[in-house]
Order: sequence, then structure tokens, then C-alpha cells
Amino acid sequence: MPGFITNYLDKNVHVTPGQYGSPFWALVYILLVFGGVSLAVVCMNWLERKILAHMQVRLGPMRVGPHGLLQPIADALKLILKEDIVPEGADSFVFLLAPLIILVAGFSVYCVIPFGPTHAITDMNIGILFMLGVSSLGVLGIVMAGWASNSHYPLIGALRSSAQMVSYEVAMGLAVISAVLMTSLNPAGTGTLSMIGIVQAQYAQHTWFIFKFFPLGFIAFFIFAVAMVAETNRAPFDLPEAESELTAGFHTEYSGLRWSLFMLGEYAAMISVSSIAITLWLGGWMRPFPNLLQGPTWDLAFSLFPALTFFGLAAMTFYSTMRMPKHPYFRIQTIGLGAFGGVFVLIALILLIPRVRDGVQDVYWFVAKIAVFLYLYIWYRGTFPRYRFDQLMRVGWKVLLPLGIGVLMATGIMGLRTEIWDFVHRLVHI
Amino acid sequence: MAPVATTFFFYFLSGLAILSGVLVITRKNPVHSALALILTLLSVAGLYLMLYAPFVAGVQIILYVGGIMVLFLFVIMLVNIERSQKEKQFNQQWLPGILAACGLGLLFVLIYVKGKALFSQPVITMPETENTQRVGMMLYSNYMFPFEIASLLLLVAIIGAVVMAKKRI
Repeated sequence: MPGFITNYLDKNVHVTPGQYGSPFWALVYILLVFGGVSLAVVCMNWLERKILAHMQVRLGPMRVGPHGLLQPIADALKLILKEDIVPEGADSFVFLLAPLIILVAGFSVYCVIPFGPTHAITDMNIGILFMLGVSSLGVLGIVMAGWASNSHYPLIGALRSSAQMVSYEVAMGLAVISAVLMTSLNPAGTGTLSMIGIVQAQYAQHTWFIFKFFPLGFIAFFIFAVAMVAETNRAPFDLPEAESELTAGFHTEYSGLRWSLFMLGEYAAMISVSSIAITLWLGGWMRPFPNLLQGPTWDLAFSLFPALTFFGLAAMTFYSTMRMPKHPYFRIQTIGLGAFGGVFVLIALILLIPRVRDGVQDVYWFVAKIAVFLYLYIWYRGTFPRYRFDQLMRVGWKVLLPLGIGVLMATGIMGLRTEIWDFVHRLVHI
Repeated sequence: MAPVATTFFFYFLSGLAILSGVLVITRKNPVHSALALILTLLSVAGLYLMLYAPFVAGVQIILYVGGIMVLFLFVIMLVNIERSQKEKQFNQQWLPGILAACGLGLLFVLIYVKGKALFSQPVITMPETENTQRVGMMLYSNYMFPFEIASLLLLVAIIGAVVMAKKRI
């Protein structure tokens, strides 16, 4: 094999392909991440419809494939085949550009997301700053889409969206700063903005930042968790696309493929903000309970989790296969579902091979944490009623922002408590 | 890692910045101007990256592109564009404009001719990994006083904006 492929595979290389300077492997990682995120969006689409339906005591998609498993593919086909309409009187250049900006902003941030100590496309010195900056470009796409549509509902949706995103970015930034402050609690006293560096700081301090200075880390995480739902325009903060008031908000006038680009961008943004939260507060790629349950036995037990997950999925699939109607009309669907379970078993068996098992650990725990966040997103949508606009603004500016500033100051004081104590001590003794 | 195709990226980014800068002042539609200005700011952020100043580039994107330009667009969308497009431009000040441009051009030519003699010190190359830390250290040690003054100024501006926008407080 040529040198530009093999040199990164060297055992002594412990950096990301971007830092190592290997364009080939960076490209491979980009394709992997892009494909993985697109696949996750497809799965999320199906899961969201099914979970929401079950929360509302409905069945959800059942017709296309067993349990509607092929529904996302059918939807994608329908969207691609639909006519791409540009409304009369719309500013066509801006109208066509807007979904692309949302998509590019949504996917560019995956450059720095650390799926493992070396499993990131690159590690930037300004990682978290880059993520916040580029993901804030998404609001431009929304504003452009709303304005260029030359219609009332999209314009109102875009105005609401820009006001909401700009307001919640402030609280979000303050929460992020308090986590970045915590990375500087080492003997050298220098923090880091790099995504990989933040997780390594949590490793070095033997705690996830959500538990650091309890409850300060938890409050900061809570602020971020609320702000990130508002940033991605999801329920209960989905005013920009409130169906009952604005039909579909800023993307009312879009159809077909361009509409699906909006959806892809929105779901990609949901995954990326969840991974910011995981990197900053939930220990990134580290497995749960690294302190309490340590030692080789526990390491082995936790390393079996990826295989167990897929065995569990396979068991669920086989159970559903058994419960399929016995009518001959459903025979192909039953066989298909069984084959799906078979694929899960195969993946689980591959994950039991020791080399694979140890290699996927980091990625597995990161993705598992993302999955929890995505489930929470669906859960919010199923349970919370939508905020009114003035309530939304009040929560953003009068609750989250002061809370964020308070947490930031308290974190600073806690970080410097020995120095402050020494200072007071000396004052008393003068 | 060593930088790749530096010359190409320099000319690409500066060309993009100049082109979109010209678009900002020639477009009739203010929304198009604002979008061109965003492109200018982004290419300038790219130039900052080339100067090994990733922190400045990141802040440029967050503050200008993500914050200020969104507010610009927000305001422009509320203005009646059709009327403002038909209105005659009242800022046609050709003479001062040409004079200012000539002065700036003369300055550029002078720097091009004499610049090497003026800035004879060798350029300090700073490792990219330390840039952000250095900026923080400088802001909170050597330049503490100007930094605090600037933040006080911003606070006054915020209070002023609130006072002007709200009739009853």
C-alpha cells in the first residue's frame, strides 16, 4: 500500500488525521462521519414517528415494511421526486441558497467532534469556539429562507427564530464558559478550548464536569440543555415552525428536496449540540463509572456493552417477528424482519472479537450518550406544551442568563478558593 | 502540521474579500448587500486563520457573522425595501470619496515601497497551539486596564440602548 495510507496506521500515531496531516485519512473520516450522521438522521426520523405515536397511544407508520421500517426510504424517494417549487415573487437566488447554508453549517461542525481520543476529523485549538460559531451560522439560513419566500408566515417564523436563537446563544455561551473554566483546574493553570483537550481534562480530574463543584456543573449543564433545545428550534421552543400558528414557519414555501435539506440540517444540528453537551459535561468518550467500578473485570464487563446492545436489538426484532400476523400476505415482511434481526446478531458477533471490541469502545459510549439526548428530544416533543413567545423570552433573558452569570462567578470562586482563603488568612494576620 | 498551499489560499481569500466588499456597496437590495458583507467577514476570518490567530477568527465568526449580521438582517427585513430601492441615493459624495480613495491608495503604494524598511524586525512565529492562551494572558495582565475600560463602555452602551428603546422602565 502507498505510504500516505499506511503512515497514519502506525502504532505510535496517537493524534487525529487532521493534526497528523493525512488528507487521505481525513477524507475517510469525513465520509464516515457524513454517512454515519445521515444514517442516524434516517433512524431518528423513524424512531421519532414511532415513539411519538406510542406516547400518544397510536401505532405510527405500519404499512411500508414491517413496523414501518422502510418508511424513511419511502419518504426520501417521495421528496426527491417532488417538484422543486420557487414561489412567484421570491428572491430566487437567496431562496435557493438558504437550505444549503443550513446544511453546510450543520455538517461543518462535525470536523471537531471527538468520538474518541483519536477519532475526530481534526482537533482545533479553538474547538468549542468553532462549534458555537459555525452552528450559529444556521440562523442566517433560517432568516434568508424566511425573507426570500416573500410570504407572511415564513417571515414571521424567521423573525421569531432569529430573536430566539440570538437570545439563547448568550445563555449557552455562559454555560460553556463555566465548563471551559473547569478545564484550567490543573497545576499549570491553563485551560483549553480544544474538544479533545476538554475530555482529557475531565479524565485528568477524575470526574465528569457535570459532577464538578456539585451543583455548579449540574446547573451549567441544565442551562445548556435548555438552550440547546431552543437553538435547534425543537419543541417546546418550536415557535419558528409552530404548525397551529404559522403552518410550517420559515420553510412553509419549500418543497421536495430543498425541504428535506432543512430537515437534514435540523437533525444534524440536534446531534451536534448534543455532542457539545456530552463533550463538555458528560465525559465525552469515557465509559460510565470509571472511578466507582474500576479494575480489569469491570473494564471487560463494560467492553461487552456494544455487543450486548446489538443482541438486545436482535432479541426485540425476533420477538416482533414472532408476533407478526400469520396471514400469508405478511410472509415477505416477516422474513424481512427476521433477516433484520439476523443482521443485528451478525453485528453483535463481530463486536465480540477482542480487537474490534476494544476499538469501538470510545465511539460506542459517545454514540450511546448521543442516543440518550436524541430520545430526550423526542420525549420533550411528546410531553411539553409549546411556550408562548413572551414566556420564551422571559425564560431566556430573565432566568437562564442571570443563572448563567451566577454559575460562572461561583465556578471562578470555587476554582480559586485556596488562593482566596490564603488571601483572607494573610489579611487577618497583618 | 505544515500549512498547505498558503499562497493560493491567501490570494483566494483576499480576492473573495475584495469582490464581496465591492458587492456590498454596489447591490441595490440591502439584503443582498448584507449577505455579501457576511461573505467578506468570513473570508477575513479565513485570513486571520492564516496569520495563526485562530482565536480572533473564531470570535470574528461568532460575534460579527453569528450575532451582528443576524441583527442587521433582522432590521433590514422590517424595513420596506421596495420604497428604499426607488428612493434616490442621498450619499453621492463623489469628490470626498475620490479624495479618500486616492489618499488610501497612496498609503498602500508607500507601504509597498517602503514597508520593508519600516518593519525591519523579523516576524515572530508563534505556535498555533498557544495563541489562545497568550491572548488570554495578555488581556488579563498587560492590557487589563484597557480591557476593563472597553467592557465598561459596552455596559454603558447596553444601558443606553435599553433607556432609548423603552419609554417606561
